[in-house]
Amino acid sequence: MMAFPDIAPAAAELWMAIGAMALLVYGVLRGDGSTRAVVWMAVATLLFAAWLVWSHAEFAAVTFSGLYIADRFGAFAKILVLVGSALTLILALDYLEREKLERPEFPVLVVTACLGMMVMISASDLLSLYVGLELQSLSLYVLAAFQRDSVKSTESGLKYFVLGALASGILLYGASLVYGVTGVTGFSAIATALGGQERSVGILFGLAFVAAGLAFKVAAVPFHMWTPDVYEGAPTPVTAFFSLAPKVAALALFIRVMTGPFGGIGDDWVGIISLLSALSMLLGSFAAIGQRNIKRLMAYSSIGHVGYALMGLAANSTGGVRGILVYLAIYFGMNLGAWGVILSMRRADGKLVEDINDLAGLARERPLMAAAMAVFMFSLAGIPPLAGFFAKFYVFFAAIDAGLYLLAMIGVLATVVGSYYYLRIIKIMYFDEPAPGFVPLNGTTGVVVAAAAVFTLLFFLFPAPLVGEAGLAAVALFP
Amino acid sequence: MATVIPLGHFLTVAAILFTLGVLGIFLNRKNVIIILMSIELMLLAVNLNLVAFSAHLNDMVGQVFAMFVLTVAAAEAAIGLAILVVYFRNRGTVAVEDISLMKG
Repeated sequence: MMAFPDIAPAAAELWMAIGAMALLVYGVLRGDGSTRAVVWMAVATLLFAAWLVWSHAEFAAVTFSGLYIADRFGAFAKILVLVGSALTLILALDYLEREKLERPEFPVLVVTACLGMMVMISASDLLSLYVGLELQSLSLYVLAAFQRDSVKSTESGLKYFVLGALASGILLYGASLVYGVTGVTGFSAIATALGGQERSVGILFGLAFVAAGLAFKVAAVPFHMWTPDVYEGAPTPVTAFFSLAPKVAALALFIRVMTGPFGGIGDDWVGIISLLSALSMLLGSFAAIGQRNIKRLMAYSSIGHVGYALMGLAANSTGGVRGILVYLAIYFGMNLGAWGVILSMRRADGKLVEDINDLAGLARERPLMAAAMAVFMFSLAGIPPLAGFFAKFYVFFAAIDAGLYLLAMIGVLATVVGSYYYLRIIKIMYFDEPAPGFVPLNGTTGVVVAAAAVFTLLFFLFPAPLVGEAGLAAVALFP
Repeated sequence: MATVIPLGHFLTVAAILFTLGVLGIFLNRKNVIIILMSIELMLLAVNLNLVAFSAHLNDMVGQVFAMFVLTVAAAEAAIGLAILVVYFRNRGTVAVEDISLMKG
């Protein structure tokens, strides 16, 4: 008879699971009118879970027969995911009500997706990795198709489902090969088993399949083809959510898998990751140039940013992982703000605006909104002294430290090219003939956007807490 | 006397099934239902792999893993079909070449 597992390290996950079910029951009993209440309760659930993680951050433990690991790295990523998702939900509320999408499933699905992401981040076994990944993905498929009567939204859901399921299948095939070669599924046991033996063809195939499956989930080139379509078709708050929390969770999982079980065979995967990183950076900056739709543009922008973040993983060092974590936190801040502005882009007649040229003259109509958007765009382009510059600085530094000069040079080149389309948005907002009738940001959205803008602007004054925490989290990963 | 089928045979069958599943997704230009079937085929190939390894290694973990994969595959099929039904209501077709509203 097995002893009952120690559930204390997974308190936040259990709270989220119970919270999601309770919210679902409440939403079903109260009907569509309860959406606003359910959204705020979901925000409270997420923030309380973040507090639970925060209060146990120093506490490292492995439980559930080695399936689950709680450590500082996981705590950092989970807090980012939870706080970010809570803020995205707040941004989404106004949009949902305006577009007649107010159904209580939306916040419930966000909570279940976050639960899946937390399991992914804390996975220390191929089995928990798979279950967490699927819980997250299944929730996201439904969210993409959330606007049931829209052809675009359902089409994006269908595309996301087919390609996501393909990715899961590829990852799983790799996992089965790894299990077959090593005879174990636990991450530390795999690392031990790989340490003692010659590298077989099976393990290299397994590694390649697992890496390809994870690259799909983070949308790294050449596994990115679903991203622009899904981002364009999904309802805008869902797109905002997609570009934030799942990216963080999938990258955290990518880091954990590569440095954990495959940590001993780093020579074999550094090349793969470098290639993914270089291709993502280049495609992210070149393909975005011709885009007219701002959601598509943000999709390519997110592909590029994943490329920069993967540069830190290619460095395969504590500094590299710290760089990625700082990158993700800063990316979160500036992207959240940018999505807040995009969500509010609409004419006075209620028509939604998605074309970049519709932003023309925003600066004259809504100077504060335009100024905030300009801050986010400058920061995404990586112009000092904004936060985006420091994000890039740490990963470039780690790449150069690891001797990846070519990769760092490609990164700098891609940054320069990428600046073009970010600056083009600023040019359209400030110097083109105005199109009339933008409506102002609503209260809560305004607060979130303002907070994100302040964070992006003033990060350079107080970088120490974030960088220090990221450093501690990175150290936890390399024992 | 019972002869044991060697591990390599199982792995070959699983690899063939997996490849068929992947090709079914990329080469099929007709019907989305076939894509859903291809996804199932991929997952079943993985299960075959897991169970074969499990028997070969004399280790239960692979079979437990296969059970989890089966369960998740059922949930995945349910969600996939639900999304397909919603899509069909909007477009009135499930032909693969028609799913091209967004391109670029």
